[in-house]
Amino acid sequence: MSTAFSAAKFTSPPFPLRSHDKPLFDPLKIPNATSPFLGSTRKIRRSSSTKLNLHRRSGTVVAVSDVVKEKKSKSTSSLLITKEEGLELYEDMVLGRAFEDMCAQMYYRGKMFGFVHLYNGQEAVSTGFIKLLKQQDSVVSTYRDHVHALSKGVPARAVMSELFGKTTGCCRGQGGSMHMFSSEHNLLGGFAFIGEGIPVATGAAFTSKYKREVLKEADCDHVTLAFFGDGTCNNGQFFECLNMAALWKLPIVFVVENNLWAIGMSHLRATSDPQIYKKGPAFGMPGIHVDGMDVLKVREVAKEAIARARRGEGPTLVECETYRFRGHSLADPDELRDPAEKAHYAARDPITALKKYLIENSLASEAELKAIDKKIDEVVEDAVEFADESPLPSRSQLLENVFADPKGFGIGPDGRYRCEDPKFTEGTAHV
Amino acid sequence: MQLQPKLIALQLLHLRNPALGEGLEEEMERDPRVCVMGEDVGHYGGSYKVTKGLATKFGDLRVLDTPIAENSFTGMGIGAAMTGLRPVVEGMNMGFLLLAFNQISNNCGMLHYTSGGQFTIPIVIRGPGGVGRQLGAEHSQRLESYFQSIPGIQMVACSTPYNAKGLMKAAIRSENPVILFEHVLLYNLKERIPDEDYICNLEEAELVRPGEDITILTYSRMRYHVMQAAKTLVNKGYDPEVIDIRSLKPFDLYTIGNSVKKTHRVLIVEECMRTGGIGASLTAAITENFHDYLDAPVMCLSSQDVPTPYAGTLEEWTVVQPAQIVTAVEQLCQ
Repeated sequence: MSTAFSAAKFTSPPFPLRSHDKPLFDPLKIPNATSPFLGSTRKIRRSSSTKLNLHRRSGTVVAVSDVVKEKKSKSTSSLLITKEEGLELYEDMVLGRAFEDMCAQMYYRGKMFGFVHLYNGQEAVSTGFIKLLKQQDSVVSTYRDHVHALSKGVPARAVMSELFGKTTGCCRGQGGSMHMFSSEHNLLGGFAFIGEGIPVATGAAFTSKYKREVLKEADCDHVTLAFFGDGTCNNGQFFECLNMAALWKLPIVFVVENNLWAIGMSHLRATSDPQIYKKGPAFGMPGIHVDGMDVLKVREVAKEAIARARRGEGPTLVECETYRFRGHSLADPDELRDPAEKAHYAARDPITALKKYLIENSLASEAELKAIDKKIDEVVEDAVEFADESPLPSRSQLLENVFADPKGFGIGPDGRYRCEDPKFTEGTAHV
Repeated sequence: MQLQPKLIALQLLHLRNPALGEGLEEEMERDPRVCVMGEDVGHYGGSYKVTKGLATKFGDLRVLDTPIAENSFTGMGIGAAMTGLRPVVEGMNMGFLLLAFNQISNNCGMLHYTSGGQFTIPIVIRGPGGVGRQLGAEHSQRLESYFQSIPGIQMVACSTPYNAKGLMKAAIRSENPVILFEHVLLYNLKERIPDEDYICNLEEAELVRPGEDITILTYSRMRYHVMQAAKTLVNKGYDPEVIDIRSLKPFDLYTIGNSVKKTHRVLIVEECMRTGGIGASLTAAITENFHDYLDAPVMCLSSQDVPTPYAGTLEEWTVVQPAQIVTAVEQLCQ
């Protein structure tokens, strides 16, 4: 079983599109199987470590859209980015990495609590996609949302304060790590349950179409990006929204950050057909698989997917093969993953890769990149200082924001609306 | 009352439910951001004909026929509400919204708060619920008891054409997420309603019949059982005050309190199950706030904690009947 799949993931030639009646791998033909139990991770670890190939996979793009294939062949002959773009991408990824590293430090120092899920290793996906968006475009994320927020433009100070639970946080300290929102930057969350953000993203895309066709705002071409992981792709909301988005040609891109692990559940153990991108065409949209450790490849695919949505041609499913360098959350001991697998992906660190590309193609010098590193360090330290010095929420904040219209708390025994009670603003009112 | 099957069919095919449909139509005319989403709301006109004619008038995007995916299309409505639209999501039967509980609880109710007030969710979630005529257990559910604990939502139940239209319009205009509970057996009521624009206050209860002896609190279809019982009670010399609480969350403690202070006796008549229903919460609220005014413990008549049986006789026994209400009042007023 692992043999066939390893061939698909780790070697250079793109795997052939298989015929429908032959399964990609026969789960019963596990090499060296001592038990009939399907999908033991030990077997995956053992076989995959012998099959590991440290060549970087060419971004195997298996797409339905011809346009993407065309673009791919054009781009190999010239540089994919300008110096300016390159530096922007580099800075964004370094910000993501430095911020998350600082989060880990702060967590262990007792400045933030609860469940904190870090994005280290996946920066290419966030940067590759979100840096192509306009401010009015929307992003919907999951609990692993810090870096999506930063890429979308939410200031590092606001995100760090939110993590510290301070009033200056982007959600006034009321959301926390898993609920980053920004109406200014059109970041529609931050969701703790997997899959529950996808319908919200579909709704935002619906609004975009509605504005164009019903409200006659002819130039409304806002696009929504929904980010989620491999585990989510077995969830009903994923499939239900793929259907609706394709049905109504909604301007949305479904971005799968396939990092192979849902906490301790290997994607291969959870999914009957692990090739997620193939589920797009089943619903009538292109499905694309891209090397999510390479920001330039992600960006090329993202460009086409976003443009497609803007043109009104409908959704795209993009599966980014990526990896999280840390555990699922800061509470995860991360004991199940094979060190060889981790090493393989560490060698494909997207930041190192981009740095190499920029220097080799004379787009930037070491000194310029180091200057960016230093600048980001200062930004992140400033964010921590700001968060540290910011005030904790006072009692009066407790009852605010439960309702947009606080009349929703109802009418009290004295005939007045409860929100008119002065204890209401003190946060001590009994509701 | 047994209607001939042919007559029922005619009603369903040709009559649109006027009050609710009118309320919806007027709000859609008034504000182009108001849209409808749900199963069979468009071309079919709604399984209870509430949205009949709207798709022809406003188009397929404004009256959106969704696939059968409650959790996802409710979530889609929430995403649309966050980004500027004012959707009205229909649960074909309220019970189906159990599938949307994730979205209703986590996103509809909580999102305004967790976003620190940045996003509002002016969504209306509505549909028919309650015990019908032998519809079976799953089509006879009372979801108000399940949803009542969700912070951040309001719940109202309509019971007459007048308050149905008024509450529909108020719910659409509200910036808060509102769940509007309709009842399967109340769609064919007829009543003269004003031509001019009016709304009903979402947070207020409705005094149905003033009285001195006892406060009877009810909502939705049980209002009619209460009023039927009231006829009998009046003949027996009692003077019940009947209040349709309408606002299931939050409770209108002013109207309710004033009544309790006057009569000193409270009977709650509801269709929710005994356990954890609206009546249970209301009993707690009254005892907490008006204990000093009570001459007797609050009595609550609810449906039996039984999955609604199909057989007609059994079904009748799960729901509170007028005779039981009369007995309860006589008991309380001793």
